[in-house]
Amino acid sequence: MGCNCGCVCVDANAEKLSEVIEKYKNTEGALIPVLHEAQEIYGYLPLSVQKAVAEGLDISLAEVYGVVTFYTQFSLNPKGKYKIQVCLGTACYVKGAGDIYDKLKAALNLNDGDCTEDGLFSVEACRCIGACGLAPVIMVNDDVFGRLTVDDIDGIIKQYKDKEIE
Amino acid sequence: MAEMVTLTIDGIEVKAPVGSTVLDAAKSAGIKIPTLCFLKEINEIGACRMCVVDTGARSLQAACVYPVSEGLKVVTNSPAVREARKVTLELILSNHERKCLSCVRSNNCELQQLAKDLNIEDIRFDGETYDFCVDDASPSIVRDPNKCVLCRRCVSMCKNIQGVAAIETMERGFKTIVSSPFNMSLNDVPCVNCGQCITVCPVGALKEKDDTQKVWDAIANKELHVVVQTAPAVRVAIAEEFGNPVGSRATGKMVTALRKLGFDKVFDTDTAADLTIMEEGTELLGRIQNGGKLPVITSCSPGWIKYCEHNYPEFLENLSSCKSPQNMFGAVLKSYYADKMEIDPKKMFVVSVMPCTAKKFEVQRPELGTDCYSDVDVSITTRELARMIKEAGIDFNNLEETHFDDPMGDATGAAVIFGATGGVMEAALRTVADILDNTDHAEIEYKAVRGVEGIKEAEVEMGGMKVKAAVAHGLGNAKKLLDKIKAGEAEYHFVEIMACPGGCVNGGGQPIQPATVRNEVDLRAERAKAIYVEDESLPIRKSHKNEKMMKLYEEYFEKPGSHKAHKYLHTHYVARENYPDDCSEGCC
Repeated sequence: MGCNCGCVCVDANAEKLSEVIEKYKNTEGALIPVLHEAQEIYGYLPLSVQKAVAEGLDISLAEVYGVVTFYTQFSLNPKGKYKIQVCLGTACYVKGAGDIYDKLKAALNLNDGDCTEDGLFSVEACRCIGACGLAPVIMVNDDVFGRLTVDDIDGIIKQYKDKEIE
Repeated sequence: MAEMVTLTIDGIEVKAPVGSTVLDAAKSAGIKIPTLCFLKEINEIGACRMCVVDTGARSLQAACVYPVSEGLKVVTNSPAVREARKVTLELILSNHERKCLSCVRSNNCELQQLAKDLNIEDIRFDGETYDFCVDDASPSIVRDPNKCVLCRRCVSMCKNIQGVAAIETMERGFKTIVSSPFNMSLNDVPCVNCGQCITVCPVGALKEKDDTQKVWDAIANKELHVVVQTAPAVRVAIAEEFGNPVGSRATGKMVTALRKLGFDKVFDTDTAADLTIMEEGTELLGRIQNGGKLPVITSCSPGWIKYCEHNYPEFLENLSSCKSPQNMFGAVLKSYYADKMEIDPKKMFVVSVMPCTAKKFEVQRPELGTDCYSDVDVSITTRELARMIKEAGIDFNNLEETHFDDPMGDATGAAVIFGATGGVMEAALRTVADILDNTDHAEIEYKAVRGVEGIKEAEVEMGGMKVKAAVAHGLGNAKKLLDKIKAGEAEYHFVEIMACPGGCVNGGGQPIQPATVRNEVDLRAERAKAIYVEDESLPIRKSHKNEKMMKLYEEYFEKPGSHKAHKYLHTHYVARENYPDDCSEGCC
């Protein structure tokens, strides 16, 4: 965190985070709301952020990390500008979501939860999103794509890449 | 007297106090319910489901957390109960790395015992298995998650008893793992190497870093003069490894066994404990008389030292500058003894046998030694020594008893009690009282600082002043005491802190007793009893009356606190970061 320009400047995100910690500090069960807000500020929860949370709330880093890795909504990695979620719920899964998921990871050369080097795409598996009638389904940010086959994937990725070029 | 209820277990009427569990009540009725995760006062969470019983509820209940109630009817042995326990155990076993033949805990494994007790012959489940990396980067502790049964005893010990919280349960479902955050190695987190996690692990998922081969190699090397020193707590515990009850003393047999293993000389770390009292006592008197930093806090326990360096850097100046007895003795051996015997200290190899895993970290500290050599070359635990004795085919129980070697000889009772919580304090009081009052006190047992209570206080009148002392054991208790001192709520002259609950007798390197024993016997108290019997059996019970040690001052160190004493017997400490800034490497 911080810049390398040599000036004395304060990391705006760090300041926001300490405000959040200050707000919850003396309430019981503060950890999860603090982590939620921290993730809103940073987009994800790297070591430096978890360390600050642990120190601020006077709990161990081990406990913070345990909670972060228990709940799927917390992320250890930055998300892409286009966050792709593949529904692996029962209906989607039996309709071939596993293949869709593998195809996405192969097409973008990613592991689950990772982000492409250009910061554009991240891929992750998710639970049922309630669109079983459209199975198998993926979401790219708020856009829903349903009744997919493996062959549709390259086209969807291209669609967002083209958007960037525009 | 607590209010009682009457319940029926397997048709037997049982009276039990309100608030107790079905497991307690069954035990009092002589009914055995199998357990795995349960460890009295340390881990009572009903996680493993091995202890399920039929209470008439819709599903089976975990007896270790199910409270008794009036009229409750419990069945502990029905087809459904037996089958449920078997399925649970087989599921645990199906994903357990079953390399039992070559596991350090073979024959002392609670999982293995359960499999035998529950008559498991085949494991019906054959699914995906763990493939975690083994964390062996720490000099003290090896963590193998592939053998972990997720009982969480280690987590509770580390967090609730020790207040260290270096490990936690991470992830969820099949991926659940007990580890340090970001999969860091124990070597990179504020783990203090106390090894208490090892002593509560029911299986071989946590063990000490085995250094026995280094010792064998040194003994086989004809170029080296190989000497060994043993800590006070080892002699009251090692016999447990050979089938003897908790609290058996085996000093003489241990000395004979060490000689048979091939060590050139067998010495007693206690000599250095006496030396510690002279140096630390002098330091304490100096600080009291010259307005130095008070309280003086003891520095014998390397787990405590590392904890202080991580968590309470503001107390580093309070720590006694004395090296721990282990390292003090190593330094004496490689200076005074080497001179006397005309041996090149570089050709000397000092092995220490300690009840402790943190000592393995301590011997590697760069400041403990000179540029050419370390004070101590290898530190092994009581358990490792027992393994060496077995490997060498020595019949321990039938050995004759012999004495430690000269020129260091046998130490005093004051040094022996270093092994139990309050012992360093009591030993120091015995000497300081004599010096301040310029007399030879006959009353030397300071019972207020003995026992298993977490924090003990004493006020002793000597030399016209009241010396205020406090003793804490277990780092969770140390934290409470330090916070009190920090807040100005308590003032002391002298504070003893030991990392392990009960002190060294219950150290992380001591024989591992299964939950079946730990739930019944207080290891801290039983082993300490043996320590105090040993103290009473010795002719000299005050450090400053140790003639061999006084000769050491006469011939070499001049007087306690001299320049030469400082060069060899004292050290310094460093504040430590808790976590690195970068975690990309993980433990693999």
